[in-house]
This record gives sequence, structure tokens and C-alpha cells, in this order.
Amino acid sequence: MAEHDLTPSGLTNAEADAILAQARDWRAAGKGVAIATVVSTWGSAPRGVGSQLALTDDGAFVGSVSGGCVEGAVVTEGQEVIADGKPRLLDFGISDDQAWEVGLACGGKLEIFIERVEA
Amino acid sequence: MQANLFDKAVALRAENRPVVRIVEMLSGADWLLTPDGIEGAGALPPEIAAAAREAQAHDRSHDLDHGDQRYFLHVYNPPRRLIIVGAVHITQPLVQIGAAAGYAITVIDPRGAFATRERFPGVDLNEDWPDEAMEALKPDNRTAVVTLTHDPKLDDPALEVALRSDAFYIGCLGSRKTHASRVERLTAAGLTAEEIGKIHAPIGLHLGGRAPAEIAIAIMAQITQVLHLGSGQEVKAKAAA
Repeated sequence: MAEHDLTPSGLTNAEADAILAQARDWRAAGKGVAIATVVSTWGSAPRGVGSQLALTDDGAFVGSVSGGCVEGAVVTEGQEVIADGKPRLLDFGISDDQAWEVGLACGGKLEIFIERVEA
Repeated sequence: MQANLFDKAVALRAENRPVVRIVEMLSGADWLLTPDGIEGAGALPPEIAAAAREAQAHDRSHDLDHGDQRYFLHVYNPPRRLIIVGAVHITQPLVQIGAAAGYAITVIDPRGAFATRERFPGVDLNEDWPDEAMEALKPDNRTAVVTLTHDPKLDDPALEVALRSDAFYIGCLGSRKTHASRVERLTAAGLTAEEIGKIHAPIGLHLGGRAPAEIAIAIMAQITQVLHLGSGQEVKAKAAA
């Protein structure tokens, strides 16, 4: 998908800006914020490299890093990143069962980096 | 993610300026490649800075191993631009096809009757003289320029500016004969053979269509080809034909 997308990062400029703007606004409102980014993919991963999700310490999030199957895990893991400030690099393999759930014809793999936005 | 770098990246994005965010994923150390250079705490290996520039030029975010470090280069580029000189009949489908391909489009035409809101709803219309308009728009290496008036009064001044810019694609509507006289005029105006050689004319891939939408498709196909494969491909295609 990323290869043929309209923007370098696999999401439109409008999407990328909306995620950054939301992260900025959350931080300005005093919330703890982390950003998760797809940094590598293999097979038919649902979102391209550069896709992002911003999340808060109270569990709100915008953006997406998959077709919905790993967002829950990313938000949970992201809250730990906000708490201890240590970045995390997560590997997700999408099993055929899960792949069916998100509408993929075959399994994909992706790697997601999560980091805290310092206040 | 350092607070000051995050703020700077958001600000550059808001101004539609390019930025590459560089992060070492094991430590979380980060830098920005901005139009002013590299910013960030600590030394960034020169190989990584070079890779970031490369990633920016190719519009491709990617990860990169360097010794026992693991980097991610995140390219944030503004949309590529398509500047069209001449609000003519081919321009109408070209505007739509260009927008679908992700380009931010400007149409230059000082003839008020052509560049009207009714004919180009929602398009950025510029009614300045083409040379002034082109000077102000500053085509860069993410800009394609297309001239469609085939009126030398309008096309040539725009071309004189565009041919001296870094525009990655310049194409001109007109037959081989029209192009031959264009080359003569531009040579007389002081442009070098190398500069004039950047022009794709007759414009567009040879698809055989003659309807305005078909010509627009041929133009957009050529822009896409030059963007991804470079201008050399065209020569090869002709040689093979």
C-alpha cells in the first residue's frame, strides 16, 4: 500500500497533520502523550510505514497503525511508555485467523515504535 | 521525543515545509532535518544524516540499521505541486487527474475569461503574468510544470523561469514543429541547450488519444513516469518502439 500511496508515509498529509495537532493539543492540556509509528512491514500489512497513532495516558487515541487488530495492544503498551518514558519497539505478526478478522487475504507482519512526547 | 523538536516539526508542517524526523529507536534520541539543517541533542552519524536527505528526496520513510543502533527516518513532505500554464480545455481534466494523484495544483492564466471559478471550481487560480507567477511560485524538485497555451507570449516567459528551476518535470503542449520554433526562441532568449533539453515535447506519453481527457492522462502518465523512473526511461521506450 505504502508504495502506491499519495504521501511518503502511507497516510495523507491531512491525516498526518491531524494526528500531530491532536498530540500537541493533548500535551498543551497537560495530558501524557505518546506516538506510535509503523516503522517496518512485511507481507500485506494493513497500514504503510510511517502510519501513526497518538494516544494519551487516559487511553484516548487518534490515527491507526493497523486495520484495528493491534491498536488495543499499542494503546496499552503506549500508556506504559508514557509512565516510564522508555521507548518500545514492538513486533506484531498477524496470524491467519487474525488476518481474516481484519480482512487480509494473507498474514502480514509489522513493527511499531512507541515513544513519549516530552512535556 | 524532545519537546522542542516536536514543536518545531509541527510548526514546519503547518507552514507546508519539508521535515525529516530521525529517531534512534533503542535510546529514543531524536533529531530533525529541516530546511536549515540538522537539529537535535548529541551527534548524529553523518551516514544517517545523508540517508535522511536521501529519504527526503525519494519521499520514502524507512528504518535503518547502523552498527548496534536502529534508526527510523520519517519523511514529512508537503504535497508535490503541479503548475499548469493555461486554463485551456485540457487543463480541466488535468486538474482532476493531478489532484487524484495527490498534487497541489496551481493554474496560471492572465486571460480573465479563461481562468474562471466556473470552469475551475476549487482550484488555485493565478492571474499574474506567467513569468511573475512562476517567480513567485518558485518551482522546486517536487514540482512539475506544464505549459498548455501554446501561445509564446504566455508559455515562453513561464518556461524561462521554470527551465532555470529544479522542477522535476517540464512539459509543453505543441507539435514537433511548434517545439522547434520554441527551441529557437528560447535559445535566442539565452537559455542553454541543457536547460532547453529538459522540456518534454510533444508532451505526454504516446497513448494515441486526442480527446482532452486522454491528453491529460498522457501528461499525468509521463509526469508519474519521470517522477519514479527518471527522464531516461522515455528515451529507452522510444528506442524500443
